[in-house]
Amino acid sequence: MKKTSRYLVLLLGILGLLFAGLASAQTSTLTGTVEGVTKSATPIVVVPFAQAGGAPLPTDIADVMRNDFNRSGKFRSLAKSEIVETPSKGSDINFATWRLLKQDYITVGRISDAGGGMLRVEYELWDVNRQQSLLAQAYTAPAGDLRGVAHQIADAIYEKITGVRGAFWTRIAYITAVGLGNNTTYSLIVADSDGYNPQVVARSRESLLSPSWSPDGRKIAYVSFESGNSAIYVQDITTGSRQLISARAKGINGAPSFSPDGSRLALALSYQGNPEIYVMDLGSRSETRLTNNLAIDTEPRWTADGQSIIFTSDRGGKPQLYQMSAGGGGAERITFQGQFNANASISYDGKQIAMVQGNGNVYRIAIMDRSLGGQVRFISPGPIDETPSFAPNASMLLYAASEGRRGVLYAVSADGLVRQRLVLADGDVREPAWGPYRQR
Amino acid sequence: MNKTVRVALVALLCVGAAACSKKQEVKPQPAPEQAPVTAPATGPAKYTPADLDTDACLRQRVVYFDFDKDEIKPEFQQIMACHAKYLQDRPMAQIRLEGNADERGTREYNLGLGERRGNAVSSALQSNGGSASQINVISYGKEKPVCREHNEDCWSKNRRVEIVYTAK
Repeated sequence: MKKTSRYLVLLLGILGLLFAGLASAQTSTLTGTVEGVTKSATPIVVVPFAQAGGAPLPTDIADVMRNDFNRSGKFRSLAKSEIVETPSKGSDINFATWRLLKQDYITVGRISDAGGGMLRVEYELWDVNRQQSLLAQAYTAPAGDLRGVAHQIADAIYEKITGVRGAFWTRIAYITAVGLGNNTTYSLIVADSDGYNPQVVARSRESLLSPSWSPDGRKIAYVSFESGNSAIYVQDITTGSRQLISARAKGINGAPSFSPDGSRLALALSYQGNPEIYVMDLGSRSETRLTNNLAIDTEPRWTADGQSIIFTSDRGGKPQLYQMSAGGGGAERITFQGQFNANASISYDGKQIAMVQGNGNVYRIAIMDRSLGGQVRFISPGPIDETPSFAPNASMLLYAASEGRRGVLYAVSADGLVRQRLVLADGDVREPAWGPYRQR
Repeated sequence: MNKTVRVALVALLCVGAAACSKKQEVKPQPAPEQAPVTAPATGPAKYTPADLDTDACLRQRVVYFDFDKDEIKPEFQQIMACHAKYLQDRPMAQIRLEGNADERGTREYNLGLGERRGNAVSSALQSNGGSASQINVISYGKEKPVCREHNEDCWSKNRRVEIVYTAK
């Protein structure tokens, strides 16, 4: 009896280890459930794509699309369990069924073997009430790129219905810190916009921060403390090769930001006494100093036209956002609400500026609508939220929050109504930066 | 072994130990509320490297700050004086001032704030007789917290400048 119970304990132990392994494998990508529903969200049904024979596929395209739509806040996709019929062609759609389920749009699709290891993915978008075809397209891709295909289909549908270009087929960068104290490893990671396919771009035993995408999406500028002091690098994401941009021994080498044409980098350097904004021409490496005062001037961001720079400065006492010409000259304060405003992210059209706004001990993400005379709306609850980053179509943002002792990332619709937490299982996630549109 | 040799050996061992302790990492003090400094900060005797481990004032190597501030509070003036005297007594000595901030505010702004605090300590050491050439300021902003709770008690421990001797 004794022996049996000992074996039982051993067996349970092994099972426990197995489950622990499975659990950690499952949670090692960035996932999370979508919170919040918008009443104005458009109902859409994404029918599971039909597959003509072949091995089971690694990706459920319809699932990926449904998550994209729900996360955006603009759509409310019918849950898979409520999809009662599974047409794969427009001619098979029974519109009465979907009208009864109060759906405005329906997407159907099918996957077939295209030969040479490639798959052909076809889809159609239909207007349920008008029984009208709106889109019909096909993609050819390897099975390993079906998530990418799903995001591109979701983008096409998003644009067809909302009139705004979709930004699901984009990438995000962020920093993770895994381990404690001197055993912490910092990684710069690039992943799909929904957190899948994370890839390590750079690793360091010392802090990494402030990733900034080049406008072509091929490079990331960032700050690393790997050599002791802060230093700025530009790294090619695909090849891994990197260039040292600024590593002055004295002071901070921080806050890199690519100009919209990719030819220049705005920086914050303090070798002349305190952090000032500089612009470096990446071709000639020549630096132009833009600010000159005793305050902290940092976190420069370019407006989309490349003419202006919005930055953080405490020249008025507390940190606030200021705007100046990218060629230098005087700066004008642009934020007046809140004790602390910093780390701007500017929408592609320049109409909205997201920032960290601090009041007392609560730091939340606020968006200032410049057409509404500087009025702000909060899109995050706090208390320690930071690093807002607009999607290239400004429909959503990423930001970092603190939960317990670790950092987590949230994706939030620009109206603040729909949020999804993106969690890395082990460690601290921070410093999100949403990349530009991708070129096919 | 006669007595003289034995004494000489002990003396040699002490020197060795002092040299070895050079690499020792300086741990931050556990709390900002520090015990009152009793040892005289200045005096006729010159400091020696051994004093870094034994002198009550020199052993204090963390300066704490108020939120979003870089003023050296009165309770840290004595520490400024004794470290400045050490720098004066030991012209070959070098220190690194590591500026830090609490988690509130953005990472890059806090790099600036940590540097400002490091510079404030640097100025205080210089006005007490230390030389600028002996001092190197680095800012870690909020990248190296010693405490990770989200409350003032913890924040007060993170708003600090650590004095690290890189050459004694």
